[in-house]
This record gives sequence, structure tokens and C-alpha cells, in this order.
Amino acid sequence: MIEVEALVKKFGPLITAVDGVSFRVGKGEVLGFLGPNGAGKSTTMKMITGFLTPTSGFARVLGRDVTLDPIGVKESLGYLPEGAPAYPDMTPREFLLFISGVRRLEGAARGRAIDVAVERTGLGGVMEQPIDTLSKGFKRRVGLAQAILHDPPVLIMDEPTDGLDPNQKHTVRRLIAEMAPHKAIIISTHILEEVDAICTRAIIIDRGRIVADATPAQLAQRGKLDEVFRQLTTGDLHEGRP
Amino acid sequence: MNGLRLVFQREFMGYFATPLAYIFIVIFLFLTGLTTFYLGQFFETGEASLKNFFSFHPWLYLFLIPAISMRLWAEETKSGTIELLMTLPVPLWAVVLGKYLAAWGFALVALALTFPVWITVNYLGDPDNGVIFASYIGSALMAGAYLAIGSTISATTRNQVIAFVVTVSVCFLFTVSGLPMVLDFFSAWAPQALLSVIASFSFLTHFDAITNGVIDLRDVVYFASLTGAWLYANGLILEMKKAG
Repeated sequence: MIEVEALVKKFGPLITAVDGVSFRVGKGEVLGFLGPNGAGKSTTMKMITGFLTPTSGFARVLGRDVTLDPIGVKESLGYLPEGAPAYPDMTPREFLLFISGVRRLEGAARGRAIDVAVERTGLGGVMEQPIDTLSKGFKRRVGLAQAILHDPPVLIMDEPTDGLDPNQKHTVRRLIAEMAPHKAIIISTHILEEVDAICTRAIIIDRGRIVADATPAQLAQRGKLDEVFRQLTTGDLHEGRP
Repeated sequence: MNGLRLVFQREFMGYFATPLAYIFIVIFLFLTGLTTFYLGQFFETGEASLKNFFSFHPWLYLFLIPAISMRLWAEETKSGTIELLMTLPVPLWAVVLGKYLAAWGFALVALALTFPVWITVNYLGDPDNGVIFASYIGSALMAGAYLAIGSTISATTRNQVIAFVVTVSVCFLFTVSGLPMVLDFFSAWAPQALLSVIASFSFLTHFDAITNGVIDLRDVVYFASLTGAWLYANGLILEMKKAG
């Protein structure tokens, strides 16, 4: 459902943030995007979701090219950007109403979609509080609710569990696992245990290139995951743009 | 159109969700009153017109409009919400226009709330209400042009202070380009044709023409095309940022 082919992103003549990344993600797969900070995980996601234009290569979602049909691609995916940005002056209810309007959910379907997303993310208690005043965990859940609101076939989440406490992490992972059979999902993380917990496949990316593409079980055969990760990646030597 | 409407709504309500709107409106009304009655010597002039009221609008807008426009894109860039907005299925033009129209609508609310001065002048004397109406239209168009400049400049930076300062400077050039202080710089060497072009870019020239009571199509076209051109540039800048 997601096809990425020889994707390259350069910032200026000197920085190559993503350098020829190719992969496919099918229905029922949860792809874990692993890599040190600045490896190109976020940049790759930003190109698939149409926030950045690739320097070369292409990204397709449900067969639609994101450069040629950006609106079509954006309609069929849910995206949680890094840091889960949301408008601070709105309450979660206002925010989700805005998003549901943009997603063309109307009437009863609109209320139902919001109810389902709120229930799944456990936002019930804070719906009338300005997002500004919410804790980091709740802000993240507002971002998640926004991404899953229209029940998209494709979900892309940039560090969905970053900054959450262990209970919240568990909830989010369970939520992803629940949705997994019906969707194609990409999550980025630098928490290695997360790969074992929810991913059906892991890609390790370093300096903009894919250095490993395997199932968690295959990676486990090569040794402990954090050791494999250290062998394959080079740490902070090269800091790309976020 | 759905996207345009929703972006407009969200932005417009956003002004009133924070104290920003109320503070802005109070200060705008206070300053229009101050300039009209003290600097403009409304009573001493002894004339039933709002010329003194409108003649200060370009100068008030010069500082107050950039205060509205500076946050339009810089704030979204800084907080990261721009990534959310740009990955929603809404065309770029609808986002640019929706945000702009919300800001303009807000400025128009502030302008509309100056109506007591219109009532006052009718109570005191017998003004030409046609001229006043034309002047309000002119003022609204001029505010729109300032806002388009401000919106575009806001899209180039994530820093609101920079957006404010640069917008004030650019707006200042557009405001005064018909005055001797600008024209003298060119008159020594530039041909007359260029001088008229520069002078014709002045907000003051076009606004004065309208406040004299004549809504000339040329003045309307001037403000509308200037606004359109800046908003087009606004979209281009966002496209360029996307390309990295």
C-alpha cells in the first residue's frame, strides 16, 4: 500500500538527508523505522506525507504518486508529525471537529468518528480543556486521535510513544496492534524494544541509507538488537537536518 | 471550498480565543480616536467630514497590521502545526487564502467598530456620507494590501519579531513611495516615466484619491492586484520551502 522508490532528499548542495531509500509496506504490516537522530527517518516520512517534495525518486500511497496527486495521498493517510503538533488555543473537541471537517466527515459519521477516536486514545476526560494546558502524554494522544480520526488505510507516525510514561506507551502500542491487521503502518522510533513489541518488520536507516531491512526475528538471530543497531549505525558523526 | 471555509473559520475563531483580538481592537479604537480628535483636530477644523479620521489610517496600519500578520505563518512554522496543516487534504491556495481572509476579516471587525465616529459626525453636522462610505472601502482595501505583504513576509521566517520588523519596513516603502523623500532619491537620475511608476506604487496616493470621495476603478485595481500578487508570492514561498 506504500511504495517508496529510490527516494532522495537534499537540503542545499551539501546535505543529503535521505539517500536512495526504497521499501514497500503492505496491508497488515507495521514497519518500524529505526535509526539514530538525524538519520533521515523524519525526512522520509515527510516526503511520503507530502510535506516535503523529494529531490528525486517517488513515493506512492495506494498507487497514487504524492507529487502528482498530493490531495489524493493526503486523504488516504493519517499522519502524526514529530512532537504531535496541535493548535494550543483549541480544545481537543474543537480541534477534532476542525480535522473531521477537513476530512469531510459529516453528520452522524462525524460524531461517531470523534467518539471512536476519543475512546481509543482515552481523551474523554480532557475534551473541553485547551490543548495548551494538557500534559505531554495527552497532547500526544490528541495527535494520535487526529491521525486515526478518518480510519485511514495508511498510518504514518513519527515517534508515537516519545515522551510517554510506561503505561501510556503500553496503551499506544496496544492501539497500534489493534489497528494493524487492517492498515499499513509506519512508525519511527529509537526505542528498540518497541520493534519487538509491535513491528512486523524493521528498517534500520543510517545517514540516509537503509542498512538493514528484516523482521524482528531475523534481527534477533544476528545478536541482541541494541548491538546490531550499534554495529550498523554510526551515531552522531553525521547530523542531518530534522 | 470546504477547506477554505474551515481554515478561515479556525483562524478567525483563533483570534478571539486569545486576548489578542480584544487588545488589538481596544488599541486600534483608542489610537484612531486619539489621532482624529487630537492630532487631527477634529473639532477645531469645524468641518463635518471624516477626512481627519481617515488620513491617519495608513500610519496606524503601518504598525498595527504587521502586528496581526507577523504570526500568520511564523507561528505555525515555529510550533510545527504547519506540518499538520500542510499534510491535510486541503490545497495550498485554500490554506493561504483562508488564513489571509481570516486576518482581513478580523481587521475589518476592528475597522467596523469605529462606527461611533461616523454617527458623531452626522450628529454634529451634515457630512457627505458617500465620501465617508468610499473612504471606509478604501481603508478596508488598504488594510488588505498591508496584510498580504505581512502574510508573505511571515511565511519566510519562523521568528515573529523579524516578520514584524521586515513587514513594517516594506509597508513603509509602499506607503511613502509617492512622497518627495523617496522620489528625490530617484529624481536626479531616473527618467520621468520611472518616477511616475514609483509614485504610482504609493498607498497614500491611491488612498487619498479614494478618500476624496471617488472610488476610481484604477485605485481599486491597484490595491486588489497588489494584494493578489503578494498572496501569489506567499504560495510560491511555501512551495519553495517544501522543496527544501
